[in-house]
Amino acid sequence: MLTIAGRTFASRLIVGTGKFSSAQVMQAAIAASGSEMVTVALRRVDLNDPGDDIMRVLDREKYVFLPNTSGARNAEEAIRLARLAKAAGVGNWIKLEVTPDPRTLLPDPVETLKATEVLVKEDFNVLPYINADPILALRLQDVGAAAVMPLGSLIGTNQGMLTRFQIEIIIEQASVPVVVDAGLGAPSHAAQAMEIGADAVLVNTAIAVSGDPVRMAVAFADAVRAGRVAFEAGLGVVASEAAASSPASGLSFLR
Amino acid sequence: MEIVCNGEKRHVAPGTGLVEFIRSLELDPATVVVECDGLILAKETYEGQELQDGMVLELIQFVGGG
Repeated sequence: MLTIAGRTFASRLIVGTGKFSSAQVMQAAIAASGSEMVTVALRRVDLNDPGDDIMRVLDREKYVFLPNTSGARNAEEAIRLARLAKAAGVGNWIKLEVTPDPRTLLPDPVETLKATEVLVKEDFNVLPYINADPILALRLQDVGAAAVMPLGSLIGTNQGMLTRFQIEIIIEQASVPVVVDAGLGAPSHAAQAMEIGADAVLVNTAIAVSGDPVRMAVAFADAVRAGRVAFEAGLGVVASEAAASSPASGLSFLR
Repeated sequence: MEIVCNGEKRHVAPGTGLVEFIRSLELDPATVVVECDGLILAKETYEGQELQDGMVLELIQFVGGG
């Protein structure tokens, strides 16, 4: 079982709620994923077009809401968003995102650390989105982050586990859960993250913009389970020379 | 009287309550977060909150996100 901040989750797949074609498709895909934690964003209400209220579509009893601070460019903005999220009454979870550069959406490590310190003191369960930096992961853990969320590759790029080797170091060193977030574009990417020992993965774009989000959610759920079981079972050592799987003996009749 | 809500000026009748105002926008007070003059309002205080001339409101809500 996955445990973050004292709460246990049967599923190791966290699903984002952005980019779905409709609230109904999102609801069905999340149900199919078996996920128990979903991310949401906070935005000013468009008074001329309020749109679907996501809170009416998602069952608060069924899912832990993990609001993000997307759009924040510094610690101050992220803290403001986190406080607004808490005021919404969906708990004290926060996925801390501080992304000053719109081109890469890479997280600002200094501002992320600063905001984590403040929010931990305000009793938030802080899950910071970070570059795959093992030292930063330790620093965040030291100031009380509930988990760390290193990126596999840039948000929304579907490029997979480009940071695999740094994430392996993070996993090896961290005492808090490691949730691989961002860039996981295929179930195989999610499986790879789980095989190397990630505690969970967060997937949004790859499910939401798939031709069939419900089936893709199932595929990711299966991949996450498979990867986790493989990690627990123990993968073989990678070698540079061949080692025959069939017996080397009993071939004398051939020659 | 006039207030500013989400950057837009709005005329409201004196004595209008916050909950009444939110409902008039076809929004659900239970799911909207309110910042009033830069301060976040606790949900429990919505009921007794009356709008004042010149108030600056921000109405925020959850949307899909990753």
